[in-house]
Amino acid sequence: MNRTSAPADSPAPGAWEELVTAALLGTERRTPPGSAPGREAPVTLLDAAAAETVRRRAGLRPGRAAQRPEPAARDPRPPLPAPAARRLAMLLADRSGTGGGGRRGTAPDLMELLPQWLAAADTRGFAAPPELLPALLDAARGRTDLRPAALAFAGPRAMWLARLNPDWRFALRATPGGGMALPASEDTDKIHQLWQEGLFAERVALLSAIRAREPAAARELLATTWATERAEDRLMFLDSLRTGLAAEDEPFLEQALSDRSRNVRATAAELLSALPGSALAARMAVRAGACVAVDHTGDAPTLVVEAPHECDPSMERDGVVAKAPAGRGERSWWFGQLVEATPLTTWSARLGGRTPREIVALPVADDWQAELHAAWCRAAVRQRDAEWARALLGAPAAPEAGGPGAVSLAERAKLLGTLGSAERAEWVAGFISTHGLTEAFQLLGVCAVPWAVPLGRAVVDALNIARDAGSYPWSFSGVMGLAERCLDPSEASRLDGLLAVPDEPEDASPGAGGYWAEAFQRLMTTLRLRAAMAEELGAA
Amino acid sequence: MTQQGVRWSADQVLALAPDASSRKAGSKLGAAGPWSGAGSSGEGMVWGLCKGSGSKPYQTVVDIADASGPAYKCSCPSRKFPCKHALGLLLLWAGEDGVVPPSQPPDWAGEWIEGRRQRATEKRAAGAAGSSSGSADPEAARRRAERRAERITAGATELEQRLADLLRDGLAGAEQAGYGLWEEMAARMVDAQASGLAARVRELGAIPSSGPGWPVRLLEECALLHLLDQGWLRRERLPDGLAATVRSRIGLPASADGPPVRDRWLVLAQYDTADARLTTRRIWLYGAESARTALLLSYGAAGRAPELALPVGLALDAEVSAYPGAGQLRAALGEQFTPPAPAATRPPGVTPAQAADRYGEALRDDPWLDSVPVTLDRVVPAPDGESWQLADADGDEALPLTPAARSRPGLWRLVALSGGAPVKVFGECGHRGFTPLTAWPERPGEAVSLC
Repeated sequence: MNRTSAPADSPAPGAWEELVTAALLGTERRTPPGSAPGREAPVTLLDAAAAETVRRRAGLRPGRAAQRPEPAARDPRPPLPAPAARRLAMLLADRSGTGGGGRRGTAPDLMELLPQWLAAADTRGFAAPPELLPALLDAARGRTDLRPAALAFAGPRAMWLARLNPDWRFALRATPGGGMALPASEDTDKIHQLWQEGLFAERVALLSAIRAREPAAARELLATTWATERAEDRLMFLDSLRTGLAAEDEPFLEQALSDRSRNVRATAAELLSALPGSALAARMAVRAGACVAVDHTGDAPTLVVEAPHECDPSMERDGVVAKAPAGRGERSWWFGQLVEATPLTTWSARLGGRTPREIVALPVADDWQAELHAAWCRAAVRQRDAEWARALLGAPAAPEAGGPGAVSLAERAKLLGTLGSAERAEWVAGFISTHGLTEAFQLLGVCAVPWAVPLGRAVVDALNIARDAGSYPWSFSGVMGLAERCLDPSEASRLDGLLAVPDEPEDASPGAGGYWAEAFQRLMTTLRLRAAMAEELGAA
Repeated sequence: MTQQGVRWSADQVLALAPDASSRKAGSKLGAAGPWSGAGSSGEGMVWGLCKGSGSKPYQTVVDIADASGPAYKCSCPSRKFPCKHALGLLLLWAGEDGVVPPSQPPDWAGEWIEGRRQRATEKRAAGAAGSSSGSADPEAARRRAERRAERITAGATELEQRLADLLRDGLAGAEQAGYGLWEEMAARMVDAQASGLAARVRELGAIPSSGPGWPVRLLEECALLHLLDQGWLRRERLPDGLAATVRSRIGLPASADGPPVRDRWLVLAQYDTADARLTTRRIWLYGAESARTALLLSYGAAGRAPELALPVGLALDAEVSAYPGAGQLRAALGEQFTPPAPAATRPPGVTPAQAADRYGEALRDDPWLDSVPVTLDRVVPAPDGESWQLADADGDEALPLTPAARSRPGLWRLVALSGGAPVKVFGECGHRGFTPLTAWPERPGEAVSLC
């Protein structure tokens, strides 16, 4: 606040300053105004200062208003229902986290539920309560994985806030153009202007947005400035063509194979190999086909592999990396790249009209099986070929599926990604029923949430079996945590029987029964909470 | 009184928590999972059994209808008060319909409440009887009071001497003298049974290290301390109201013997300040009929939440009695006729200029006053360099926020709530600036606590 201009009965202007000076130096050295030097001087000074202090305080006036901030843009979404707003406040209050540790008690991890709460709220299109935005932004600041959903839910007012608080700058970076709207598709001038003059992030956002809407338009836009872009930028722009990749992109990508930058060339080759009809794919098929043949001379047909002897310039141009990583043979390295880029559909013709399943079942001579199957896995993932993925995954109950077979768990998780969600869930359920939960974590991670009924039941049954086997629940804490977040809440009733503390079998780990009951209790509490959350958000 | 009418919001429940970890633990228990046999009665009782790590569930019961705030009882061994189970139970009750159904209390819960309410009634009866008959020996009480007054007079005289010495040698020396000088002086004032003087002296000690401009602040506070000393030494010559204010500022106990004012009191704000020994809770009330603002104080030993808890946004039909002293807003909560219930009322507001006037006028009755409670109407929080201010939406005047308010998370809740549009803000307005405590959006909506 401002000090007043002196009222009528005030002492001379500057009196207060003189009092302060005298007080600072001491009345021994400086005689305060209006008093005689001597023993009484300090008291006179205090008297005057007391009167002056109260006078100054009583005369305080408001200051001049500074520039007020531009009002935040209106959020057109309907407000969050009150119970859902309370729930969000509670989830955000738990933000500091429980800090790990094996035993977690029976209470749910609220913070872990925030991602699905946000996803559900975003789906229903509710506006965030303004007073919770600071906590929401703080949560998103701490956890990058939350940011897209949190910022979408937080809406325009959060962007407005982020411009006022440096702690929340990330929100402006995360949202392309600081929340600016992209031009409409008809507005070609605006689009070209933004493409020519925009910042890098804005341009990437623009290109991705157009690509999602009109793939060809995005490619044409990119072609207008391609020659003048920097290599890093070319790489990023090229990468955004991954969305909506189609045969029409081939000429552009084929030309990018001659790019100055090796990374750009490699990306172009990767994209072309995902187009089974492309010339590059055909060239690769010829090369790879020359390396693999069926040998009928033995007892049973066997695949023999003759890896390439050199990596010639034309292979390099098609994206084959000539230099093998340390510890890998050059020839098998080149071979893997050829097979990976070869359209899977060509193998059937090449290998005697066999189906993918038959081809995968063929024995492979001279230890080439791991290399060949791994390359096929990468090809199936890249070309999103469900039939080959199925063949390579094999039956979930097959014995080698559980062991360290030719196909690693990580690869299997990726292969599962090419299947529909129902088929995925079914395969993982089958896997868990046979092999238990020890290796299931990664596979469960690719299943759609909430888990399909058979999958959920398989997990609960497997947990039940693990409990009966007498181990401690924290050996399964990863799967438990997933189950809490992913199990369909309507399955909660099936857990009733598991909540009691069972009689301890002799060979069980001491106290395990109680800990299991606790873990199941937390699972059920979390499921109930999720059901309540969904209901508060007006789930159908 | 219906169950619906008195149900609280989760925020209101969490405001009862003694510390952050209880808040967290309590909110985790606020789900149906661990609870069984939970229920509530129309008379403001909530009870339930909470499954813990042991075999026997904890019995938790809360009485929310008590005049002095909720009372808790739980069979868990926690020394937190309220414990996480009580918080969880209240959250459960606040959160969802049907989870805590109205029913008959089980025996263990009913007995405790009965006992409690009976004791409360007896105490009230005893209190009424005690005050009518007066203290056992008025003569002895008078002598005690005299002796204490003599000690305070000796303390105040000594303090005057010290202040004079300080000013004679110059405040510049106080910077080097450090904290010890003031601590020792404060201890002498505690011996003199003048806790108000002791607290002021202790605060003086922190000023030399409080950044630029400290000599001004130190002189101001020394001068006001001198004024208080002089007020005490000449209290006989002061008007009654001012003399009572001086006595309360010095630290003499007083009783809330003002006439009880019955009103529908809206809880404007509740916040705690803590030092090593004591947690002090301040609750601002606004009486819709009397248009009075009253301050309730409640204390808890360090680490324990003060017992009285009145969540912001609720209103209760109750009597409050003022403590003596001119310009003193402190009051005591008397009889409560209804439990606190959500209310849509808001206090009327003023402009920033009027708020500054109010503080100025209040200094006439109590020159030691640091701030007054004020509700501002239609102000916009606006950044002002490093600081923030509340700017009049319809004028060009603005109140700066206090330095302390700038660094609190409540500032951002206020800014977010406003979004650049006018809001209504209740807070404390004084010579350091404005401290926002509660805000309301322009549109209908609940009060948002900023502290």
